[in-house]
Parts: sequence; structure tokens; C-alpha cells
Amino acid sequence: MPEIKVTPLGAGQDVGRSCILVSIGGKNIMLDCGMHMGYNDDRRFPDFSYITQNGRLTDFLDCVIISHFHLDHCGALPYMSEMVGYDGPIYMTHPTKAICPILLEDFRKITVDKKGETNFFTSQMIKDCMKKVIPLNLHQTVQVDDELEIKAYYAGHVLGAAMVHIKVGSESVVYTGDYNMTPDRHLGAAWIDKCRPDILISESTYATTIRDSKRCRERDFLKKVHESIERGGKVLIPVFALGRAQELCILLETFWERMNLKAPIYFSTGLTEKANHYYKLFITWTNQKIRKTFVQRNMFEFKHIKAFDRSYADNPGPMVVFATPGMLHAGQSLQIFKKWAGNEKNMVIMPGYCVQGTIGHKILNGQRKLEMEGRATLDVKLQVEYMSFSAHADAKGIMQLIRMAEPRNMLLVHGEAVKMEFLKGKIEQEFSIDCYMPANGETVTMTTNPSVPVDMSLNLLKREMALGGPLPDPKKPRAMHGTLIMKENSLKLVSSEQALKELGLNEHQLRFTCRVQFQDPHSDSDTLHRIYTHLKSVLKDYTIQHLPDGTVMVESIVIKVSSSAEDANAKVLLLSWSYQDEDLGSYLSSLLKKGLPT
Amino acid sequence: MKLYCLSGHPTLPCNVLKFKSTTIMLDCGLDTTSVLNFLPLPLVHSPRLSKLPGWISKDGSINLEKELKECAGRVFVDAQPEFCLPERELLDLSTIDVILISNYHCMMALPYITEHTGFTGTVYATEPTLQIGRLLMEELVNFMERVPKAQAATCWKNKEVQRMLPGPLKDAVDVWTWKRCYSMQEVNSALSKVQLVGYSQKVELFGAVQISPLSSGYSLGSSNWIIQSHHEKVSYVSGSSLLTTHPQPMDQSSLKNSDVLILTGLTQMPTANPDGMLGEFCSNLAMTIRAGGNVLVPCYSSGVIYDLLECLYQFIESASLGTTPFYFISPVANSSLEFSQIFAEWLCHNKQTKVYLPEPPFPHAELIQTNKLKHYPSIHGDFSSDFRQPCVVFTGHPSLRFGDVVHFMELWGKSSLNTVIFTEPDFSYLDALAPYQPLAMKCVYCPIDTRLNFHQVSKLLKEVQPLHVVCPEQYTQPPVTQSHRSDLMLELQPPPMPYRRCSVLSLPFRRRYERVYILPELANSLVPSEVKAGVSVATVSAVLHSKDNKHTLQSVPKPPPVAPSKKRKRVIEEPPVTLSPKPLLSGAVPLEAFLATLQKHGITEVKVEETSEGHILHLQAEDTLIQLEEDGTHIVCDNNEPLRTTLRDLVLRFLQKL
Repeated sequence: MPEIKVTPLGAGQDVGRSCILVSIGGKNIMLDCGMHMGYNDDRRFPDFSYITQNGRLTDFLDCVIISHFHLDHCGALPYMSEMVGYDGPIYMTHPTKAICPILLEDFRKITVDKKGETNFFTSQMIKDCMKKVIPLNLHQTVQVDDELEIKAYYAGHVLGAAMVHIKVGSESVVYTGDYNMTPDRHLGAAWIDKCRPDILISESTYATTIRDSKRCRERDFLKKVHESIERGGKVLIPVFALGRAQELCILLETFWERMNLKAPIYFSTGLTEKANHYYKLFITWTNQKIRKTFVQRNMFEFKHIKAFDRSYADNPGPMVVFATPGMLHAGQSLQIFKKWAGNEKNMVIMPGYCVQGTIGHKILNGQRKLEMEGRATLDVKLQVEYMSFSAHADAKGIMQLIRMAEPRNMLLVHGEAVKMEFLKGKIEQEFSIDCYMPANGETVTMTTNPSVPVDMSLNLLKREMALGGPLPDPKKPRAMHGTLIMKENSLKLVSSEQALKELGLNEHQLRFTCRVQFQDPHSDSDTLHRIYTHLKSVLKDYTIQHLPDGTVMVESIVIKVSSSAEDANAKVLLLSWSYQDEDLGSYLSSLLKKGLPT
Repeated sequence: MKLYCLSGHPTLPCNVLKFKSTTIMLDCGLDTTSVLNFLPLPLVHSPRLSKLPGWISKDGSINLEKELKECAGRVFVDAQPEFCLPERELLDLSTIDVILISNYHCMMALPYITEHTGFTGTVYATEPTLQIGRLLMEELVNFMERVPKAQAATCWKNKEVQRMLPGPLKDAVDVWTWKRCYSMQEVNSALSKVQLVGYSQKVELFGAVQISPLSSGYSLGSSNWIIQSHHEKVSYVSGSSLLTTHPQPMDQSSLKNSDVLILTGLTQMPTANPDGMLGEFCSNLAMTIRAGGNVLVPCYSSGVIYDLLECLYQFIESASLGTTPFYFISPVANSSLEFSQIFAEWLCHNKQTKVYLPEPPFPHAELIQTNKLKHYPSIHGDFSSDFRQPCVVFTGHPSLRFGDVVHFMELWGKSSLNTVIFTEPDFSYLDALAPYQPLAMKCVYCPIDTRLNFHQVSKLLKEVQPLHVVCPEQYTQPPVTQSHRSDLMLELQPPPMPYRRCSVLSLPFRRRYERVYILPELANSLVPSEVKAGVSVATVSAVLHSKDNKHTLQSVPKPPPVAPSKKRKRVIEEPPVTLSPKPLLSGAVPLEAFLATLQKHGITEVKVEETSEGHILHLQAEDTLIQLEEDGTHIVCDNNEPLRTTLRDLVLRFLQKL
């Protein structure tokens, strides 16, 4: 029985370092290759030794697919391809291909230059790795090899995020990456067609949440920012350079304009300008409204938002600063946070999910005293607000996607075990399909039951369809017969006669002749006629003919009568039939042995 | 399979393919050369045009001075220009299931087909094709509606009258079917029927046919189409290019193994090398500017203009044209320039790489930023105050019959310092200029047509090897003006099947197989046996289900089970139900081996008699005969059913079942 195997190397009952191995129809695919923000040691990257203990991965993987540019989905890619070793194809969408190397370079700089780690991938490695990338277009069917094909769907979440449909023969898997089922201010909603995959591998970050309407959250966000500014406080919004940042910038930009506010808004990294450029050039990946109006007004040209300089952090008076990274685990956002944490007038708004181990995660859990490097502790006095602006599907969205794709099995990754458990129950109950949630390194095996495609002779098909009539009769299904010829990789279904011809085989006729004797005081021709009427009454559904040459034919079975020379009443019936009529011939010979009814 | 040809224009095709149960329109080209028979529509009142004399036949019997005007010996219709539509009578357009668009130039007739004909299908196009196609339609509508002309001219279309007119009006065909331009409302309605597709996306039509667009390398989002089922493949090639300009390169390999390849949209300028033309364009432009004259470039608002601007971008400094203003005037100029920058996925590799940086893929962004290139919706408004001469103006329409170009022809035509440079190949430049004669302005003809030439196409066809090629009849003979150039035609073996307007071709197809699916349960129950090395057969008895053009085979539902011990009894009591007939047999029964088998089963007294065809075995103890021949076995056995069935099964051991 064919089977599909799924093994998460990362993101199994966890958020971070997404990396899922799928074996389908003899092909091995790696989905995402991310890093974990919560670790600084070996656990930062997926454990590739699972694939092979020694040597390169090229021989073990048919392709690698990256769903989007977030580091927890692509952060381990140069390590995997250049340091462990993989030379096969890597697929990602155009925006991901454009943005991913920038974030990787950032990540490298923070790790190597700031933290002084060695044995890390180099800038050159990032470049070499990106050379192996083949860009994917939405809905394009990419033939990885003769059997394996992949197709990308729009996933929302961030610019260029994609879900992938992976297909070998009639077996298929869909991997969602991270996705969002509701359009936001800059991106559209995820969409997939009714592709009925054998397995749907879905993220489940917000497995238990059903979020209130986006409008409410936006209003809340603006209110909090506004109040803080009014009382002269500083607002820090830790974000990742691309994604949520643009959505919130659009939000604040329009609000500032409407309310005619004067407090400065800054964006911290030099990436901003560049980031906005990406949005302008990849405008086809944004939501419909922005796409429609971009000629008149490009939403990514901000009037109120200026570049930030680190000296501004000490400026008096209110301000709003977007700073990277988004989980307060390093970099500028952390520096600013340290500066502003002591003042209760200030506020930090966490607009996204924070993984365990990060400062973001700690303060969201209410921790007010933080141990910093060295022995220093930091008192957190500023207001901490959490607003879920992460563009992940919530429980409702996940269910919606299941309804769209109609998978046969469900597999959850990229979420916390407890929450997954809850969602798993809900899915199994509502859709009556199996739902799995493997931990890292744990393999789920599912048997599939694919139909077998064959090429049927058009003659045979047309004949069958004509005989079958316009509508099938469910009570009396018509059986068709044919011969399946299996040659190399081709399967052809033809009529038996055609099969003989095509294979160059002779037909071997197998015939049987049987003599049946009984007493019947009639002339030969009368006996024959009596046989005819008798059979006529017994065999209702058969063609029975009384031929002028003195034979009765039942289908193609020949019956002749003669009487013995000695006794004119002792009749000898000669039955002759071919193997194809074996059932009927055998039946007739037994029937006639009993004689004729008087 | 049939092909209905609704357009005779080889580069603006409109064909309908009936394939399996689907009706597919391939492109929807609008033949706009008909507008050359009309007077230009000036944006501002033109005393010259309004003073042209009306036309009266020489003998004075026909007076059409209201409808027809004479200019430099040619007669023009003085009415709103009209277009020559695809044929609408050849088949019922409401039966069309889908329309496939290959590039934005080949969709301009769409509103005529999708509106008011009962069309209820879907139109498939790529995103750039839709967006730029919309711009071109919008521009066309705008050009027409900006200068409404109330007067309709119909008298000249009268057959008797038309016969008397001077050429080329006399020879214009189907003039009664010519139509005025559609409205914006019709454009919007037509384009709302478009479903977007990406290159290599596979789209299923009714489960019967799969269509897929391929990059054709000609313009942004331009595509060729594959229309195929599991066993038949039709390639539709329309407007393809192998030159490295801005679009993604042409996908050639996917065209392989076609049964039929429909070839349209070859270059209209087979003798003009696009690179050479580009060079000539630049040098003529520079020369005119240096001499203090203005340059007018009549062009479409998208396509080659991007390449012209890119070429100028590199040329401006070296030719010290840095201070010369470049104007691009069109109601959709801004949109066209903006849209060109956002289709990274559809661009050639070099341009994609720029987007990754991120930089705009086309250098006209920089020309605009540095104020070297300015764009305006029309000559009215801002343009009139910014206008400085000498300058270069890019504007439409290339037919010179409507659009802002008419104004510049009137304005600059009188001075020999100025130059008009024709780059679009769609219109004969002499015909385009006819209503402006006499003209002092210099005219340079540099048609840039990047589509495949005959040399490239024959190389391509050699590579992809279609079984049959269908093409417009124009491609099967050299051009009329160059009848000795046998290299300017398609020479193929077998020769291509030519079509013309209103042809209906039967495509040479023999469909022999159809894809069906055997459900797993049935597949598992099949018992294959090897008939020769590498070839196995299995007999299949199944119920066929056909739904939405998909066929599946599943197991025959079992009749209520009968215990095997009772079976014999039942057979006697009731006639057998012929659910599965016995398979055909093949092979031969070898004598020695058969005898040995008989012996094993206790049949020892066998008398073997040789005959001309084989052997007769006489089983003496059982009084039974077995006739063994090369292609047949005959068992004659009386009154001993168990023996007969035993013998039957023994014989079957030696035979293959099909």
C-alpha cells in the first residue's frame, strides 16, 4: 500500500525552526528550513542528522520549499545548504527570494558581529545558497522532476507567503506555511482550491483563539497609542522589518493624517525604505484595494514616518518608534526597550507572537524584573500591551481552510501542544478526519489508496457508454469486460479481441462437444422443436433460435438431434459450445440430460 | 476536432477550436487597419481637414460629398473610424465555453464577442495581459469619445456605390460588418469575465481538457497555450519572440510532442532586423533634434515603447540629448509606466534581478525621476504649459487616425525640420500618412517587430516536431511584393494546413485512448499474468462510471453470496447469470506435457493418433476424445461432467487467458 510519511524536524508541537520532512510517492521533500528564536545553541537549527548521519543531504532530498521569508521558516537555509551540504533545488516565491537574503544577512550580523559567535554561515554562503533558489509563481505548476509537481497558493501572512500543493501521481500533500484567512490593510486572504489532498499540514499558532474583528483591534491599538502620546509618553513597537510593520505604518499614517497629530513616528532600521520598495515593486502580492489604487496613490509612500537615529531615543517628548526585531531578543528594539523600560508613562506594544525564551515572551507573561546580561536586572515599569496583529489564521480560519481544501487527513505543526490538542479534537469532531500532531523527530505514516490511471481504448469506452444508456441504473449495474495490458509503464485497457491483436497472439479455441441421450417418441424434427420450446421457457434472457438447417442455437451453442439407428425413440442430442459459453453449455447439458417435460 | 477561423489577419487571429466536448476561442484580435480608410479625428479644429473637398464620381452620378472627402488623390470616409470585427456568422458565439488570450494586442475585439452575443463563458488571460489590455482598450475608447463625431457614413457601404469608389475603399471587404468602437461600460463588462492564470498553471475545463499558458517572450504576460487531454495535445502559438527584450523568455520545450500546432503571429516585417531598426531609430532621432527639429513617435502605450525608452536611457548622454524633453502623451501613459514596474514575475531574468535589489526593473523610472521623461494624459492641461521645443513626443494612435498624434501631425507636418518615426509594424506608414499629404515633415520607417521570423520558426518547429501545423494562408507563400523570396514562407513536411477568414478545418486527429481510473478495490483484485517478457495482462470486469467527463472503473457488486458446495446445485436449477464471460484463450497445448499431466491425474490409457493439423487423443477407458491442434482444442466427452471439467481445467493450465 502506498504511504505518505511526515516527520517534523522543527515546529512539531512547537513554534520556531519550522522544518518538516515529507516522503510521498518515493520523493523526499523538505518544507521550510527555519531557526528557533528562543535558543542560542545547537537547538537553534533543526537536527539535520536525522536525514543522514554523515555527508550531504543532496542524495536524500528531491527538493526544499520555503513558504515565506520569516527566519523561523528560512533561517537555517544557508546552514543546511552550505554547511551541511545540499545542492538540489530550493523553491520560494519571488518576494521571498528577494527579501530572504536580507533577513539572513541581518541575522548573521547580529549573531556573528554583535554576539561574536564563530562557526556560523558567512555572507558568501548566503549568496551561494540563494543561487540554488528557483522562483515560484502563484498557481504555476512546477515540475520538479517527471513525477513530482508543486504549485503555490497565496497565503496572506507576509509579502510573498505561499502555501504549497505537492503532488506525486494521484497522491498529494498541502503545506500551509503561515497563513491568514482574513485580509488586512496590506495583504489579501489565503486561498486554495478544492484540491482534496491526502494530508493538509497546517500551522496552528492561534489554534485556540478566535479573534475579535480586526476593526476593533485596530481601534484599540490606535487608542492606546494616542493616549500614550497625549500624556507625553514614548511608544515602542517591536516589529520585524517586513510584514506587520507595513500594516501598522499604514494604520498610523492614516490616523495621524486624520487626527492631524504632530508627534513624530520613526522607523528604526535602514531597511524601512528598502522594505517599502519591495512592497511597491511586488504590489501584485498585496490586497486588492492597494493594487487597484497604486497608480494614483502608493500606500507605501509614507509622509509621517521618518527614519530613526539612535540618538532620538533620548529626545524629550512623545514619539512612536517601530524597531526591529519583533520579539525583543536582540538589536535595536531591545536597546530602546532598556532605555524606556523604567518610565511608566512609556508603553511597549507587542503586535505579534513571541517565542519562549525571548524578552518579549517574558514581559508578556507579566514578568516585571528581567535578568540582563551580566548580573544587572531591569525593572519593567512601562506599560506592556499585547495586540495580536500577527497574520496567522485563528481557529475559525483553520477550519475554513479545511473546508476549502477538503483534506483526507490533517496534521498540525507550528503551535503549542496543549492548544493543538484542543484543535485536533475539534477538527476530528467536525470533519470526521484523522488529525495528527507529531512532535519533533516523530514520524506519522498514512497509507493512501490511490486509483490507478489507465488508458482505455476509445472504441471500448464508447461501446460501453452507448450500451450503458444515457443514465446508469443503480440497481442493475452493467459490467464491462476488457483486458488490461501492462507493458513497461503503460497500462492499456482494451477489448479482449484487440488485446490478442495488439500482443500478436493467436486465439486458441477450446470447444466441448457432448452427446446426451434420452428417449423421446417423436420424429427428430419434432424433438428439436420440443427442445426449442422447452429452452425458450426456461431461459428467458437468452437468444434462442431454431434454424432451418435443423439446429437450435442458444447464444452460440449448437444443439443437433439424431436418433439411433436401432431405436428411433432413442434420441442423441449433440451439444457443442466454446469455452466462452462454458457456464451456459455445462448448464444445458445437465438440463437436457433430464429429458424433456411431457 | 475542428478549427473555425474567424479572422484572416495573421497577427490578430481569432480562431475557434472544438476539442472533445469543449469549444475554445483562441484569441480575439481586432483588425484595426480598417481605420486607415477614415479621415483623422483632430483634437482641435483643423482648418485643413475641414476644407477638404467632398467626393463626387467623375460622371457626377454619385454624390457622396458629405461622407467622403478627397485628400491628395485618395478618398477617405469622414465619420467615426470603424473596425473590422472577427466573423460572427460562422458559428454561434454563445456556444463558446472559454476564450484564451495570448497577449494584450490580441484581445481588442473581446467586448464585441462577450457582449450582446449570449456568451456565458470564461476568458483566460495572465495578469499583465489583462491590466495592459485594459489600458489599451481604455485608451482606444478615450480617443474615440474625446472627439465625438455625430455623423454616420453608410451610403458608401452600398455595394453598388462601393464598386464605383476609387481604391483602396473599393476593395475593402465586409464593410457592412465594420463596427464603431465599444464603450467603457462594455469593456468593463467584458473584462469582468476574465479569470487570471499564471504561466504553466494547469486549468481543467469540464474535466475533459486541460489548458495551460506558456511564456511566449513577446510582451509582458504574453502566452502561448497548450490545450490537451491525456492523449491529444494542441499547441497554440501566437505572438512569440526569441529576442531578449523585457519579457520572460519563451518556453519552447513545453510545445514538444504536439499533435497539432496552430501557428499565428509571426513577424510582419520579416526583412527588418529589430536591432538594426532600433539603431536607426536612435540616430534619426538624434539627427533631427540636433538640427533643431521635433521628433514624433506614433506608438502604442505599452510594449515596444518600454524598449525604446530603455534604449534612449542609454543613448541620451552619449548623444548629448540630456536637455531635450521627452514627452509621453496618452490617457494611460502614467498607468502604463507604473504597471510595467510591478510585474517582476513576468520579466526576463536581468530585470527580475533588479527587483531583488530592490530597484525598478525599467530605467524609465529614473528618466521620470530626473525629469527627462514627462508623461501627460493629453495635450490639454499641464502639457500645454510645460511644452518646450525641440522635443520628442511618444503618443498614439499608430494609425494616425485618432489620439493626440493627430494634433502633432497637423502641428509639425509643415516643417521639414521635424521627423515622424514609425516604429509600430501594424500599419503601412504610407497609408497612415495619406490624409496628411502633402507633407514637408521627414518620415522614417523603423518598424520594430520582435515576433518570430521564418528562419526562427522553422528552427523552432524542427525542435518541437509537431505532427501537423496549421497556419494562416499568408505564411504558405512569399509576400506578394517579394514573390521571389521563398525564404519568407513556411516550408514543412508534411505541408502546413493553411486557413483564411471563414475557413473550417478538420484537424487530423485520431483519438484512440481515453484516461480512466481503476478504483483501488478493483485494482487490488486484478490478477496479472505474464504473456511475454515484460508484458502482463489481466482480465477486467468492472462497472464504468462516467461523471463530469471523468471515467472510473469499480468492482462489479457481488450477487448475494452462494456457498461453494451449493453452487453446482444452483447451476442446475437456474440458468447462469452471465456476469463475467470467460476470457479469450491464447497459446497452444503441447502434447508431451499434456500427456504427462493426464497421467498425473490417473488417465493412463491414451491412444495418440497423428493428424494433419495435430493429434487426436483417445482416452479409451473414458471413451473420450481430445483433439489437440495448434489453435484449438476440442473435447468430446459424453455424459461425464466431472471428467469434462477436469479435462477442461487441465487444458486451461497450458493456455493464457485474456
